Amino acid sequence: MTSKTTTLALAIFGACAAVTSASAQDMEKCFGVALAGENGCAAGPGTTCAGTSTIDYQGNAWSLVPAGTCEDMAVPAAADGTERMGSLEELDRDIPA
Amino acid sequence: MPGHLETQTAFRAALNSRDLPPGITAVGDLDRRFSVYRNTVAHTLSDALAQRFPAVQRIVGKAFFRQTARIFVADNPPRSPVLQDYGTEFPAFLADFPPAASLPYLADVALIEMARGQAYHAADAEPLSPAAVMSRIGAAPDTAQVTLHPSVRMVSSPHAAVSIWRMNQPGAAATPPPPGPETALIFRRDDASVVLPIPPDIARTVTQMQSGTPLGALGHVADADTVGTAFSTLLQNRLIVGLCHI
Repeated sequence: MTSKTTTLALAIFGACAAVTSASAQDMEKCFGVALAGENGCAAGPGTTCAGTSTIDYQGNAWSLVPAGTCEDMAVPAAADGTERMGSLEELDRDIPA
Repeated sequence: MPGHLETQTAFRAALNSRDLPPGITAVGDLDRRFSVYRNTVAHTLSDALAQRFPAVQRIVGKAFFRQTARIFVADNPPRSPVLQDYGTEFPAFLADFPPAASLPYLADVALIEMARGQAYHAADAEPLSPAAVMSRIGAAPDTAQVTLHPSVRMVSSPHAAVSIWRMNQPGAAATPPPPGPETALIFRRDDASVVLPIPPDIARTVTQMQSGTPLGALGHVADADTVGTAFSTLLQNRLIVGLCHI
């Protein structure tokens, strides 16, 4: 066994031993956030005709900007002074309304 | 008269176009009646995306998300009847979506949400205990090759996408994110999808292990300590399900 191998083996066995002694205790679920609807997203509006609102096949002038928590997370304009706002290109395509 | 398959194909095509399928009849305004189908499909898929990508929706707001989803849905009809597979292309779509260009992290947050869904639905596998891992490594760690749990995913972002994902969970407050890149190890544990932030060198090591690199060949990406830490992380979370020697 080379010394490099020995070092690797020690590190791995050390990891195994450490986890064993900690009895691989249950990690808190602090990072696990429930997945809303992962199983049930098919439910949706289903056949309730939630979409009886008319489909508007007019080309849609895109006029929306992101307006959720991104505003709270905004950082000041980049150091080079570039404006961070998104482009408001008009998308020439049909969008069901 | 067209056959069933032709009728179905034409019907499906018409769901995503302004033309009506041939041969349909209705009492009243045919176009308006058929739009009920178009709308139901568009709404259902948009809602499925909203449930699949709740953090993205929270970041951009409902109105922006809904319009974005409509465009995505129109261009990306389902390719599989399995709804959990729907939206796989959404992160890439967001990365190239000009109206969201001001949010460079958005696509990576979507990748995290996608990976969580995949981890949640991944196959089961029985983890090896630390003792079993140790005995299987035996005296030859260099040739040991591990198999990780099928739910294991990795998302590396040049942005603070992991922090941003976390601060957009229910009850969390959104604040200016820390600078710099972030990586997350994503897996299923006790029926929950877990997002664990990990350092880049650990992530590289785990990625190498996942692709079948024997431990002895990890030297070019990691030192022994890093391999040990990566091993601890995997063992603690019961993510090593197989170990053999090559």
